[in-house]
Amino acid sequence: MDQILGNIGLLIEFPIVNIAIIIEGLMIGALFALAAYGLALVWGVMNVKNLAQGDFVIAGGYVSWWLVNNIGMHPLLGVPVAFVVMWGIGWATYKLVISRVIERDLFTSLLATFGLAIMMAQIMNLLFGSDTQSLTLDMPVLEFADGFVQLPMAKVLGVLMACSLALGVVLFMKNSRMGQAIRATAQDARAARVLGIDTEKVYAFTFSLNSAICGAAGAIIVMVWVIQPFYGITYSIRAFVVVTAAGLGNLPGVIAAGLGIGAAEQYGGHIFGIGYQQAIAVIILLLVLIVRLLQQRRNRQVLQ
Amino acid sequence: MLKTYKKYPKPFLHGALLIFIIIAPFLFPNFTTQLATLWLFIIVAMTWDMTGGQMGYNSLGNIFFYGTGMYAAAVFAISLVYDVGEYTSAFGGGRFDFTDQQYFTGFIFGSIFAGFFCAISAFIVGYLTFGLRGPYFAIGTLGVAIAAGELVSNWEWVGGGQGIVLPVYPGDLDDGKVFIYFAFAITGVVLFTFLNWLYKTRFGAAMNAIRDDEEKAEAMGIHTLRYKLITWAMAAFFVGIVGGISAFQLISFEPLETAYQTINLGIFMVVCVLLGGKGTLWGPIIGAILFHVIKEVTWSYFLGWQWVALGFLIVVTVVYFQDGLMGWMKTKKPEWFGIRVDQKELEAAE
Repeated sequence: MDQILGNIGLLIEFPIVNIAIIIEGLMIGALFALAAYGLALVWGVMNVKNLAQGDFVIAGGYVSWWLVNNIGMHPLLGVPVAFVVMWGIGWATYKLVISRVIERDLFTSLLATFGLAIMMAQIMNLLFGSDTQSLTLDMPVLEFADGFVQLPMAKVLGVLMACSLALGVVLFMKNSRMGQAIRATAQDARAARVLGIDTEKVYAFTFSLNSAICGAAGAIIVMVWVIQPFYGITYSIRAFVVVTAAGLGNLPGVIAAGLGIGAAEQYGGHIFGIGYQQAIAVIILLLVLIVRLLQQRRNRQVLQ
Repeated sequence: MLKTYKKYPKPFLHGALLIFIIIAPFLFPNFTTQLATLWLFIIVAMTWDMTGGQMGYNSLGNIFFYGTGMYAAAVFAISLVYDVGEYTSAFGGGRFDFTDQQYFTGFIFGSIFAGFFCAISAFIVGYLTFGLRGPYFAIGTLGVAIAAGELVSNWEWVGGGQGIVLPVYPGDLDDGKVFIYFAFAITGVVLFTFLNWLYKTRFGAAMNAIRDDEEKAEAMGIHTLRYKLITWAMAAFFVGIVGGISAFQLISFEPLETAYQTINLGIFMVVCVLLGGKGTLWGPIIGAILFHVIKEVTWSYFLGWQWVALGFLIVVTVVYFQDGLMGWMKTKKPEWFGIRVDQKELEAAE
């Protein structure tokens, strides 16, 4: 308890620390928002709640990490490569598993993807070992305010890449023919089928796109952060928090919620100690669910 | 609903099973621990089916009660004799001895206390989460379980991430295994008898009504929240008890991998129920036996890849075989379940 009060006191005494924490949080939050956007896409279009989302992120990270260590590829190239590789893995996953659970009730897809998440985490554990891994970029670290605020250029670059990827996806959804078809399917799959859209193809494309976005996010995470085979579930949970808080098809909401949860986690980790960081992500999920629940209860409705 | 179960009370079959349950540990003395674990699977599968199969609320967080039961029983048993903080900080250093009498009172009352403690927690957690439906309920309860594990692993008073070391069974270790087996078996038999009765009552009918259409059930005057809370509390009571027994079986346990083992037992219980058949009395039991056998086989033959094999099993079960064994038999042999199929109608349909 004393320690917690001391940590809060530190924040008030040195306001500059707040800025450091917020910057760190926003940077991580940008990556959460990316994974969450993919989840919202799949959720909205085919009504599948993908609990393996985080494992796609981690898998993307391992693709990049493996290529850098074995072929000597430049870490920055890992992002597009992971995008492509994870596109393929996502497509295979869709054909083998997801396409068979779309029409079923929601718990089926949740459980099937949970099984998938366990499988992926274990396969990565067997292939790459259970140690935490990361890639280091040779880039300068900018320092502000007597070294209180550190801004590694690698992280800035990672965030910029995340932003440009998100921008690219948004433009694609807005302007391309396929993006239009995806949006039409999300609105009403039956009507889209009647009007000649091959929804099966749209579903496969959406899931592969989601997986590819996750893969690219993972390749960025491995440069600025660490990955480990079993970290997937927390990324899934964060993605769920963001989507539950922001709602479907609400891009500004997803970005805001992603950045918010990133900052909140950093604050929580600073105040309560690093051991609580995982717990904080989950507790934020519960808080979001309860708040949404109370909002609904006021209208005598339920969250479903 | 009553009609479906009309054929059920088969005193002969039940009697034979009971005799087998009693002599099993003496018939297969090398497998006593395995059989005890099988009972654990059967019990958690049956309790999961109370909410998941009969009431339509698919929880992924029932493991929360298992872990909480473990800790409640352990803390209760220790606090009868020693100061808990001092005990856990020594990590079973051997300075704290338990007499026979202290062990057994701790075991029995600790497990029962764990049951009641979990039932009360189910009321609190359920009050917060039962407004969530479908997948939100599953994710919300999963969140509760993960959060509880993370918080307990930071709580030094109950041993933090190292967990708790409980005293060993006083006396012969093989006797200890048989003792644990019977503790599980008695809980399981009581649970079976209770559910066999419960599913035939008005309460059971109300549970099924909530599953089939909650809005209509509410319109018919069923106080759904009350039914949901009581059902979950009853399930939590039994899970808490087996959690307490498990704590004494494992002797030493830690929060993340053993007590709140979300991705192991937490998901296994769901798979057991799906394998056997949701919403039936025997489904979870058959499923648990099947799953346990498959698990043991994969554990011995796919060394290293056993987890992948289990994940694969989960995906295959969920995707291709969701009605389970009982559901499959129901479509093949409906007359076994007291469902009459009109032959003329079938012919007309063809």
